[in-house]
Amino acid sequence: MNFETVVGLEVHVELKTDSKIMSPAHAHFGAEPNMNIHVIDLAYPGVLPVMNERAVDFGMKAAMALNCEIAPVTNFDRKHYFYPDNPKAYQISQDDRPIGANGWVEIEVEGKKKKIRIERVHLEEDAGKLTHTDEGHSLVDLNRQGTPLIEIVTEADVRSPEEAYAFLEKLKAIIQYTGVSDVRMEEGSLRCDANISIRPFGQEQFGTKTELKNLNSFNFVRRGIAYEVERQEKVLLSGGKIDQETRRYDEATGKTLLMRVKGPANDYRFIPEPDLTDIHIDEAWIERVRAEIPELPDARKERYINELDLPVYDAMVLTLTKDMSDFFEATVAAGADAKLASNWLMGEVSGYLNAESKELDATALTPEGLASMIKLIADGTISSKIAKKVFKELIENGGDAAVIVKEKGLVQISDEGTLRTIVTETLDANEQSIEDYKNGKERAVGFLVGQIMKATKGQANPPLVNKILLEEIAKR
Amino acid sequence: MTQLTINEVKRHAGLARLAMTDAEAEMFAGQLDDIIGFANVLQEVDTDQIAPMTHPLPLYNVLRKDIPTDALDREEMLESVKEHEAGQIKVPTII
Repeated sequence: MNFETVVGLEVHVELKTDSKIMSPAHAHFGAEPNMNIHVIDLAYPGVLPVMNERAVDFGMKAAMALNCEIAPVTNFDRKHYFYPDNPKAYQISQDDRPIGANGWVEIEVEGKKKKIRIERVHLEEDAGKLTHTDEGHSLVDLNRQGTPLIEIVTEADVRSPEEAYAFLEKLKAIIQYTGVSDVRMEEGSLRCDANISIRPFGQEQFGTKTELKNLNSFNFVRRGIAYEVERQEKVLLSGGKIDQETRRYDEATGKTLLMRVKGPANDYRFIPEPDLTDIHIDEAWIERVRAEIPELPDARKERYINELDLPVYDAMVLTLTKDMSDFFEATVAAGADAKLASNWLMGEVSGYLNAESKELDATALTPEGLASMIKLIADGTISSKIAKKVFKELIENGGDAAVIVKEKGLVQISDEGTLRTIVTETLDANEQSIEDYKNGKERAVGFLVGQIMKATKGQANPPLVNKILLEEIAKR
Repeated sequence: MTQLTINEVKRHAGLARLAMTDAEAEMFAGQLDDIIGFANVLQEVDTDQIAPMTHPLPLYNVLRKDIPTDALDREEMLESVKEHEAGQIKVPTII
């Protein structure tokens, strides 16, 4: 029997506000444990939450960037559960009136475009962090408690692990462009759970789903879904049935393991949060926030293809992160050829960032610096080979390519007279190679070019060297 | 007219992590029935033309600026917990 994979994703994104969603404590990642805490978030008696205006703005901004409708009236609810990461014994969230609903994200997998519908986007507060020790106790750090979150819930539109991966990559890019979050999975500012079921092809009714947690990278999401689909197929084909349960992805083995069976005990007893007022969102508010949304990745991609004549692949890669895309645009604005700028950013720059595990803004490279180098390549002042040396200097120490080239004496030798002298000297010293070449050994030319490059420290203009070399050999 | 059973009361008590004897559950069942009966009066009101409300006060958009102004001192907080270690609250592990 052939089965169809059905996946819905729930993504939590931490909003990059300065203070928490309900309290005026600092909200930022990486502080010492329990230094960013507040009586409101810790549920001291008598405290009252007050909603952070920017958190609402950010939630709206993300929802609009995901093509959601914004609710004219939205409110908050208490979701009750008991766990040490949650001092109030309820989380302030949104139940039946989320800030945004009915959106979509377009993805592309194997050349096919598809819309993944967004059911809802709602605002809520994050919980604290537990560290489990081996000695049977846990340590509670409440810095994260009260950090604003949005939860993004998709419809069950995802049909393969690859679609899930493409969706998350696109979602991350869109959110990052809006600037409302760092969307760094490794810092927990983007977290993803997957609801996974399978059904025989052609069947309309969904199968029983399992919820998969502990997916700490997009790759783990992809692998976890693939494993879970295979597991469910085996269970069904051997006559078993799928239980509604929460499973955990195990990074070491690539398997999914049972965490807990979902039962009727999972009753969150939602009630409207009486300590917060409703929020009325009028057109003026929506328009103010909409005006702050920058050009999003798909629009940029189209522009790169249509206006800058970049290949689709280049446009896609460059727009994956706003940092890279902004850098590319600034480089072009500083006078660099668009395709050359794209080649360098996707090639040498990305290679360097991967090798050094660095972000672009942590290097000394500036768009002006990169543009200055690309201009020197374009006008023939330096060869691509020398450019690599200049590039290393630019990305490690910064500066202007023209100055570096001058200081290090890296200018390409394009003077015919100078090159001809060097070529003649090289030929005089390597008569055997001339003989070899004349006897049909093409490779002898390569050897001679190598000798000339060595003599000029790689600064000879390669096409010119080839031309003069062949001319001089012909004379002998 | 008792509608709530003792089991229902105990289930709700369980959800709220409240320990309850059968005698207490029976007493609360009666009290809760009174409360529900009182609230049911509202079911008779025609609310077709009235927008749903989540708050009794005609207040909306009570918001504050996103400015960190205040924090709770960690040492002060830790004084109020039973056990702590390395600046964190120590609790039995529950997974």
